[in-house]
Amino acid sequence: MSSPANVPEAPIEFKRNVREALADGQLRRNFRGAMDFLMAKRAAQFPDEDERERLRTFGNQVRARALSRLPELLERLETSLTRNGVKVHWAETVEEANAIVHSIVQAHEAKHVIKGKSMVSEEMEMNHFLGDHGVDCLESDMGEFIVQLREEKPSHIIMPAIHLNAGQVASLFHDKLDVDYTEDVDRLIQIGRETLRRKFFEADIGVSGVNFAIAETGTLLLVENEGNGRMSTTVPPVHIAVTGIEKVVENLRDVVPLLSLLTRSATGQPITTYVNMISGPRKADELDGPREVHLVLLDNGRSQAFADGELRQTLNCIRCGACMNHCPVYTRIGGHAYGTVYPGPIGKIATPHMLGLEKTRDLPSASSLCGACGEVCPVRIPIPALLRRLREEAVRAPDDVPHHLRGQGAKYSAKERMIWKAWSKMNTSPALYRLVGYAGTRLRGLMPSNIGPWTEHHAPPRLAARTLHELAREHLGDE
Amino acid sequence: MTAKERILAKLRASLDGSTPVADDYDEALLTTPWAYAADKRVDRLREVLEAVHGETRLTTAADWPALVVEALSERGIDELLISPATAHGQQLAAYLALSGETLKLKAYDRPVEEWKETLFFHTPASLTGTLGGIAATGSLIVWPTAQEPRLMSLVPPLHIALLKVSEVFDNLHEAMHRQRWVNGLPTNALLISGPSKTADIQQTLAYGAHGPKELLVLILQNA
Amino acid sequence: MSHNPRALANATRVAPPLEAARSYPVKPTDVFVFGTCVIDLFFPGAGMDSIRLLEREGIKVHFPQAQSCCGQPAYTSGYTGEAREVARAQLALFAGDWPVVVPSGSCAGMFRHHYPELFKDEPETLKLVESLAARTYELAEFLLNVCRIQLCDAGAPVKVALHTSCSARREMNTHVHSRALLAQLGAVERIDHAYESECCGFGGAFSVRMPDISGLMVLDKTKALAGSGAAEVVSADCGCLMNINGALEKQGASLRGEHLASFLLRRSGGK
Repeated sequence: MSSPANVPEAPIEFKRNVREALADGQLRRNFRGAMDFLMAKRAAQFPDEDERERLRTFGNQVRARALSRLPELLERLETSLTRNGVKVHWAETVEEANAIVHSIVQAHEAKHVIKGKSMVSEEMEMNHFLGDHGVDCLESDMGEFIVQLREEKPSHIIMPAIHLNAGQVASLFHDKLDVDYTEDVDRLIQIGRETLRRKFFEADIGVSGVNFAIAETGTLLLVENEGNGRMSTTVPPVHIAVTGIEKVVENLRDVVPLLSLLTRSATGQPITTYVNMISGPRKADELDGPREVHLVLLDNGRSQAFADGELRQTLNCIRCGACMNHCPVYTRIGGHAYGTVYPGPIGKIATPHMLGLEKTRDLPSASSLCGACGEVCPVRIPIPALLRRLREEAVRAPDDVPHHLRGQGAKYSAKERMIWKAWSKMNTSPALYRLVGYAGTRLRGLMPSNIGPWTEHHAPPRLAARTLHELAREHLGDE
Repeated sequence: MTAKERILAKLRASLDGSTPVADDYDEALLTTPWAYAADKRVDRLREVLEAVHGETRLTTAADWPALVVEALSERGIDELLISPATAHGQQLAAYLALSGETLKLKAYDRPVEEWKETLFFHTPASLTGTLGGIAATGSLIVWPTAQEPRLMSLVPPLHIALLKVSEVFDNLHEAMHRQRWVNGLPTNALLISGPSKTADIQQTLAYGAHGPKELLVLILQNA
Repeated sequence: MSHNPRALANATRVAPPLEAARSYPVKPTDVFVFGTCVIDLFFPGAGMDSIRLLEREGIKVHFPQAQSCCGQPAYTSGYTGEAREVARAQLALFAGDWPVVVPSGSCAGMFRHHYPELFKDEPETLKLVESLAARTYELAEFLLNVCRIQLCDAGAPVKVALHTSCSARREMNTHVHSRALLAQLGAVERIDHAYESECCGFGGAFSVRMPDISGLMVLDKTKALAGSGAAEVVSADCGCLMNINGALEKQGASLRGEHLASFLLRRSGGK
């Protein structure tokens, strides 16, 4: 699938973002503290290694099973939700999704939207879109509320304001909400609670995400700790849930292992304060709840990942954030540097399908492939293998196999390809290899002291006086 | 083609010729590590719930109304939102009538649109029943009904819940299975595992974000 | 199960079943050593010390002179075809049933875990790959579990810090084997360093593609090692050593890391 109208996609300025982030000592301290905290919390929830590994395998199987029947399950989901009185909508692109939301807004002449928490709505840039159409869209999750006040994007998929410390939030509330400066977290949360209370019942529409959409029973399952999700999906007369097409699971009982994995991996909790299962709008005899419930199913590149057996595993994700919590790169550069809705390891493998590889060309390389992410992923996404695969796609020659991935070949360089071909020639020709080794070691005195990026942080590498090949031959004889 | 048709066509083409992954559901993994001796089950529930600032009191089917009066008066609360259509609502009303306590009972008996302001700003506490509890995660099973609507357990800053010991299950799998949830989920089904909280500011825990700041669970031992 | 290529290509992947603990053969009379390209050019002493350790256990070591690189640098950079050709060239050299001992967990992991991926579409070659994978051992693993080495410490008391390469740790459990070998040395006290399991920032091409991030990671790693109170640093992987030592030298620090093989040989009186 070629990119529309051959408009070159401006790549995310990742390296510039990285330099800025690394220079920000406060940011680095905030992230180091936060990631250490979250890693410890998760570890404490999985004291039994055997239980943990078997549960991860189980989670992987549940997700793979759902993906292996995805079109059928999506249709079953639509049927069961419709039977329950939920209106189901499908959107291939974020533009289509926003248009659907807009039509619901218009039908209700809505002016005020309140959001629970939804990363898919961030993909849609829904707040911005609604703002352009004269509808204010207020975040009610404390972390999202904070970043919205700062006119920033979330920097973590679970804890949106993780890049800030209490002092920064105190200043923010003091400036924007006209309250006395206080770093007392209890007091700050109370201020948030009081500010948002009235907003819940002034809202015309509540928007939420979905953690799991259950095909068997026609149920949307949401998890949260604060209660704003329940508020947003209960108080306003209309509830719009937005989610990705990969979020469907087959059976009600499938959520049991996934819930356990999600809460224990994300925030190190046995369970969240609320598990909220919605199976329809307010019934005739009920006294609260929305009168209309909508579900918008968004593709936005997921079908591209789905089309490839290996890359399909990207869609196992249950959005726990454990990968970014354990990532040494994310810990140092923070979430914003990625320039994407989803940061960290999952962001690097998912976003290329949403935005194309031209735009995200640097992301698959922003990893040492240490594997910490793959080790903790509750649904066993082989993240390092997928990063490697995306690198392969990014350097594909233009005349190589049919292009299945948007932006394939974005990092193709004839020069680089030639260098690797020469490397291959050297390593497949024993005589040439030994010659290069001999030359390198004998000429090691000529090693320049500045060899670009390596010598920014290292002394020049010291070639040995003689190669192992030579020393081994001397010691063992020829083979 | 509609968006739905286009999306499904893409997905189907991608699966062409493949077979679905088998359902190899490992029930033992969800139950064995989370099973408790009968005399330890309630202890476990209390331990997990109290670790997240839930409050629990052991009592009986006869004594809980007195505890409610005590808990409210300790907090200087003089009115309680409760459903007169439920057995526990009637039991409390009868207790108050007999004991002459001055606690005022309010009912959530009309659509929320008619009294939102009062519900949100002048309702300090509510009392609801539960469908049971889950020991492994310190959770209450709350299925709102026409008598005990959704916002009852969400809006008032204090939520008091009645839990019967006989309805405490070891783990979520057991609860779901024994109560046959799959046969019919209500409009809204909830697991409530403590008062509202957040750690969004510098990972520091604070309670009472948007939901109740306090959750008091009265555990009825002979029920 | 369908052998229709499209069915296989379109199949939804499930994670492989949990591996049982690896079983080890008795000590053989002969082994191959795959030296690795980094050792060949930058740390040949570590390669020779590995060979000496094996010979001291009474094993005849064979070093096919035609060997070069395991192919990992091209593989991780996305140049899969080039990596495959280099891998193919190595395969031919290690036929037979002698164990292949590799003084690098990441290169051993390449043979064991990634070669099968590289050759998954070549059923004939795959047979040779699977034979190679099954008898590839990282050096520490081989000394501990196949040779059942018993090391005697001939040195003075010393505190050492151990850094394990990420792929060695996650693919070959090298941290477990390295710790066990160090524990055999009576006068060696192994101490933990801060963020011990965190990446040193090498990642091969990562260190030159993303030098700013990599530079900060190696700075943090060297700080942790220096701050641990250890007098010496040991690692079973020379890629990491190149990164860590290069940074230490640039910082003007006197601390340097040494390959595990060299450390063990020296401490047990073999040098």
